[in-house]
Parts: sequence; structure tokens; C-alpha cells
Amino acid sequence: MAPPRACALCQTARPIVRRPKTGQQVCKDCFFHVFETEVHNTITSASLFKRGDRVAIGASGGKDSTVLAHVMKVLNDRYDYGLELYLLSIDEGITGYRDDSLESVKRNQQEYGLPLKILSYDELYGWTMDAIVEQVGRKNNCTFCGVFRRQALDRGAAALNVDHIVTGHNADDIAETVLMNIMRGDIARLGRCTLICTQGEDSIKRSKPFKYAYEKEIVMYAYFKKLDYFSTECIYSPDAYRGHARVFLKDLEAARPSAIIDIIHSGEAFQVADQVALKAQQTCKRCGYMSSNDLCKACTLLESLEKGMGQLATGDRNRRRLDGEPAPENMRTIPMFQRSTPAEPIADP
Amino acid sequence: MGDERTIKIKLTFGGGVEVLFSNKRNQTIALPAQTPASGTQPSRPADLRYLILWMSKNLLTDRKELFLDGETVRPGILVLVNDTDWELEGELDYELQKGDEVVFISTLHGG
Repeated sequence: MAPPRACALCQTARPIVRRPKTGQQVCKDCFFHVFETEVHNTITSASLFKRGDRVAIGASGGKDSTVLAHVMKVLNDRYDYGLELYLLSIDEGITGYRDDSLESVKRNQQEYGLPLKILSYDELYGWTMDAIVEQVGRKNNCTFCGVFRRQALDRGAAALNVDHIVTGHNADDIAETVLMNIMRGDIARLGRCTLICTQGEDSIKRSKPFKYAYEKEIVMYAYFKKLDYFSTECIYSPDAYRGHARVFLKDLEAARPSAIIDIIHSGEAFQVADQVALKAQQTCKRCGYMSSNDLCKACTLLESLEKGMGQLATGDRNRRRLDGEPAPENMRTIPMFQRSTPAEPIADP
Repeated sequence: MGDERTIKIKLTFGGGVEVLFSNKRNQTIALPAQTPASGTQPSRPADLRYLILWMSKNLLTDRKELFLDGETVRPGILVLVNDTDWELEGELDYELQKGDEVVFISTLHGG
């Protein structure tokens, strides 16, 4: 049962990893090369960037965004994309978790020489996650964090005056999301969640260059490149539903490694025509962010916190009680950063 | 019986799995070179199947289910032997040699 001891690609060196996507046994150099080339092919076949684009890498200090920052830098140099790269980190204000992971982002910044912008929930919303959890408890705090992070990335990107945000979502993450949307019957999101590129606020694009990259390969890449990343679970309750989808997916992958790509393909094939009347997009009456209601989600959640009723903000029935309360005096307006055009260079910090 | 010979194995933990092992990223252990004979099972040279069992009895503190799945590691934990993916080394059947380095990395944490 001894496997053939030569790399399937160069036929000479000793293999060190079995690729889950293809079953091929490849040596270290061929692994680096094939991993990077596949990301390059993903980027070029979807025409994600054009020369001169200013691109922010959403950097959490975790494995995916650490490898993404490394690979984006390598590819930008190797293929001369002509991109201006930035690191953008969001500080949710979680003591003992985010403060440590931001240290690893700062080390990456030094290593790659990319300008780094850190934007905090405290600065934007006047609330840290620590303070939010104190009010709403550990059960629904992920709702706040998710809405606040998404907007914070968009606002941070506008402040950096970038055209594009790239995130480290990998094939496993996307397959998980497909499964979750199927289990929830969320057809609209099912169509959207496999898109490699979406357009957000201020026409800033968001995309996922690791859409087809397996988590196993990302972790192996980080290991063999000796990349420094942070890997502690968030101290507040993890997303339990996603956790189950994740374990289920890993079990499927163990039985058949192509399961991950197969599920992404299923999600793509399920894409429904836009016959569902989408709510007209407008802008938030308080902060100006795009919204499908008078107030955007972040302002709604923020108002519930200011009323001291944050724990009511996540259920429909409770919302009535919440909406009956008048908004507190001096409600905070979440700051908007305007992108200036044409793009102005940002000084390195 | 009474074979007390042991082999030195270097263990490395990463990606968050170290929290299950007293938060130490590196440990060197003395593993019995032969598995104990039991009932129908004759003694055999120590392999990765035995190492994982030995680790769960001797090193894992609590929350075994975050590391173990039956006789193997939980899906989502990568294993390398001497810097090679264990899938190329026969996985559980790989016979350990003195001085081997075994790495366990969780892929399940953070992004």
C-alpha cells in the first residue's frame, strides 16, 4: 500500500501533501505553485480587478486572511496586476480575543509592507462587543457583530478610498453557507452566496479570491510557508448553527473530498431568476448607508442598544415593543466616510 | 510481557488544537514501542492509531470529542508526520519510528 513516492506534477520531488480537490500527491514547491496559480486563475477568469485598482484585504489575523494577504502580494508582484493593496481590520472590541489577533495583523503588516487601517466598533458605533454582550447576553450577540462588521468593512473601505474589498472566505465557508441557506429555505441568499463578487455600499466591490480554495490547502500553505496567524475561537458564543453545518461538511469531505466543490456547484446551479420583487433600495434616514427600510440595520440595532433593549432587537415579535419606544435624544449618527474621486494616495502609517 | 522500551516522539499542535493539550505547542513524549497485547489483539509496533489512543489517555484533559472521532482524529484536524500529510503515509497504519515528529493542526478555528 506504499504510495508512489514522486510528485504527480514534477515527477521528481517527494510529495508532501495530498490535494483534496484532485487526490494528487504533490511536492512542496509544486503545491505552492499550483495553489497560487489556481487563485490567479480564479481572479483572472472572473476579471476581478483592473490595473490601478485600490484593493483592501479584510484582515482578521486568522488563517484565511493571513494567507490571502500573502498570496495577493505574491500574485500582484508576479503577474503585475498593478494593484494598490491595503490591509483593513475591524476591531470589534473583544478583550483577550481581537486585541491579540490584531497583533498578528500588525506583524503581517510589517512583513508585507502594506498600509494598515484599523477601524473599531467603539469609534463607529460607540459600543464595543464587550459592552454589547454585557447588555444582550451571549445568545444573540452574533447578530450585532455580523451587521456591525459588514458595515464597518464598507465604511473602512470608503475611508481608505478603495475600489474593492477582498475577504478570505474559502470553499469550505461557501459550501457551509450554501447548506445553511438550503436548510433555512433562504432562496434569495442561496443565489447570492456563491457569487464571487458582489457590489456593496458606495459601489465598492467585495470578492472572494479563495472561493475555490479548500481550507485544508489554506492551512497546509500557511504551515509550510510558516505564516504567523491567530487561531483562538471567539470568546462569545460561536454561531452554533454554522458549527453544525461545518461538522456535517467535514464529515462529508472525509467520505468524499469533492463534496465541498460539489456543494458550491449545486448552489450555483440553484440560482433563481430575480423574479422575487426585491425591496427598493434607499438610503438610511439617519446615517445615509444603503438600506431597504427607513433605518439601516446597524442604526436599528444601535437604537435598540441605546434604549437598553438590545436583547429585543433580534426577534420579530419583540420588535413591536421596541418600535413603540421613542428614539433616545441625541441618537448617535454612525459616521460615513465619503470616497473621494479621483483616488488620492493614502500615506503609509 | 513487560517490554518497557519506549520511543521518543515529538508532538506539535497548531490552529487552536493546542488548547486541548495544556496550551503547549510542543511536547516530547516517550511512547511504548509496542502496543500492549489485549485479549484477541496481539502486541504490534506502535502506529499512529496507537499514538492517538495513547494521547487521548495520557495528554487530553477534557473535551475529548473535540480531538477524537472513534479511533481517529476528528475531521478538520490535519495530521503531518515528519512534515508530510499523513494521507500519504498510510494514516492510522503508519508505524512510528524513533524521533518522528507528528503535527496536529485544527482547521476549524477562526478565519
